[in-house]
Amino acid sequence: MILLDRVTKVYNRKSTALDRISLHVEPKEFVIVVGQSGSGKTTLLRLLTREEKPTSGKIVIGGVDYDKLKDKDIPLLRRKIGVVFQDFKLLPNKNVFENVAFALEIVGMGNREIRHTVPRVLDIVNLKGKEKNMPFELSGGERQRVAIARAIVRQPKILIADEPTGNLDPKHAWDVIRVLEKINHYGTTVLLTTHNQEIVNRLKRRVITIEGGRVASDRANASYGNL
Amino acid sequence: MKRFNTFRRIIRTGLLNFVRNAWLAVAAIAVMVVTLTIVLFSIVANATFSNTIAQINDKINISVYLKDTVTEKQRVDLMNHLKTLPNVKDVSYVSKTDALSQYRADNANNQSLLQAISETGNPLPASVRIDPVDTSKIQDIKSFLDEPQNKALQDPQAGTSYSGDRKAAIDKITHATDILQRVGVASVAVFAFISMLIIFNTIQMAIFNRRDELTIMRLLGATTWYIRGPFVVESVLYGIIAALASIAIVDAVFITAASALQASSLGLLDIAYANNYFHQEFWRLLGLQLAVGVLIGALSSVIATRRYLKFKTSK
Repeated sequence: MILLDRVTKVYNRKSTALDRISLHVEPKEFVIVVGQSGSGKTTLLRLLTREEKPTSGKIVIGGVDYDKLKDKDIPLLRRKIGVVFQDFKLLPNKNVFENVAFALEIVGMGNREIRHTVPRVLDIVNLKGKEKNMPFELSGGERQRVAIARAIVRQPKILIADEPTGNLDPKHAWDVIRVLEKINHYGTTVLLTTHNQEIVNRLKRRVITIEGGRVASDRANASYGNL
Repeated sequence: MKRFNTFRRIIRTGLLNFVRNAWLAVAAIAVMVVTLTIVLFSIVANATFSNTIAQINDKINISVYLKDTVTEKQRVDLMNHLKTLPNVKDVSYVSKTDALSQYRADNANNQSLLQAISETGNPLPASVRIDPVDTSKIQDIKSFLDEPQNKALQDPQAGTSYSGDRKAAIDKITHATDILQRVGVASVAVFAFISMLIIFNTIQMAIFNRRDELTIMRLLGATTWYIRGPFVVESVLYGIIAALASIAIVDAVFITAASALQASSLGLLDIAYANNYFHQEFWRLLGLQLAVGVLIGALSSVIATRRYLKFKTSK
């Protein structure tokens, strides 16, 4: 589903963000990427969504070779990948329903279908009854779940979540993780980055550790202790 | 269906943004009105001057007065020859009798002149009238007439009439119109450019206000035209409004001018003709204005959004 082959990203001569990273993620896998700030995690995710181009190396996602990807096809690629951003990236002047509906409007879905689909997704992320709320009226965890709802509403094959629990207290953090597990259970490949030791330990999933732009370890059923 | 939904949303967002940016839009529309009004005035003025020049040109002709001894065959040969010259539009013959009756008609009120002419028989020479295609290039006709075998046919006393005095005036008019046309084209270009710049600015401000939204749209997989479309709709609307406004302004100017001046022309500018032309060609002019307005609007918004919609290409 996700294949990286010796991918290197250099922003300028002094700093190499990623240094010959190779990864392979199977369909329906749940993968956690850990690493300190500045280790290259976010760069990795930005390469996957084609916000950045690799300096060298090969990226293939869902059968799409990024080297052969034309600019005009980037939107189509992004529609297949759901992304939950670290800073949510909700639209401040749209309410919860509209924020989620936005993702569907972009792909040309009809209003009736949108009215039918959005509540079901809000139900999955436990936000029923908050449809009319504006983002500033929501807690951090709620906002994060709106972002998740928006990322999954198009039923992407891949969900990328960049520190979705970063700003949340433990209870809300677990709410978010439960949602991700649920989505993974329905068949979506999930790529999660986090700092949270407890989450890593309790999830018992494949953990990829990145240090200084390289894969330091890649283990199944890993916990923070045996990194 | 998907395409229709998208199309509908683009239009809707464009209209919504137009209403939201109403004050921002005023500047863009105002400068576009100026541009389009100049375009319109140039077109009408151009048509009017062309008409005036054409009218005057029609009155310019060359009359060659023939000796009474010229035979029918010589005259026909001369006329046929003249017709082969590239700058000759028409050649006609005015016989002695025609000339006399014309003279009588012209001087019907002057008994002494009429009397004088009837006493001397018919002193008026027959003539050949030449209508040139281009009055500014009658030199070749003149040199043809000056060739000895042709000169021999002409009445030495009557000389050749070239409407010479009028020609000089016409040259001046033509020259002035040329300059006016150039000034018109130049000012249209300058104002079109300025209005494009202002529309750029307006759109860029609108984009700046909504840049977060655009970034998010991009990340969620919105196509270029889904993002750009509303801006194009918005600025095309500026163009349409400006086109209607400029037509209305010019219309109002003609109505006021016609009633206030109480005259059908101002020097060379034949207001009656201009007014007539404007109303006869109203729909075509309106169409042209709309086309120019829409083009300026669409072009400038497409260019203004370009750099915000580029994908990263650096490695």
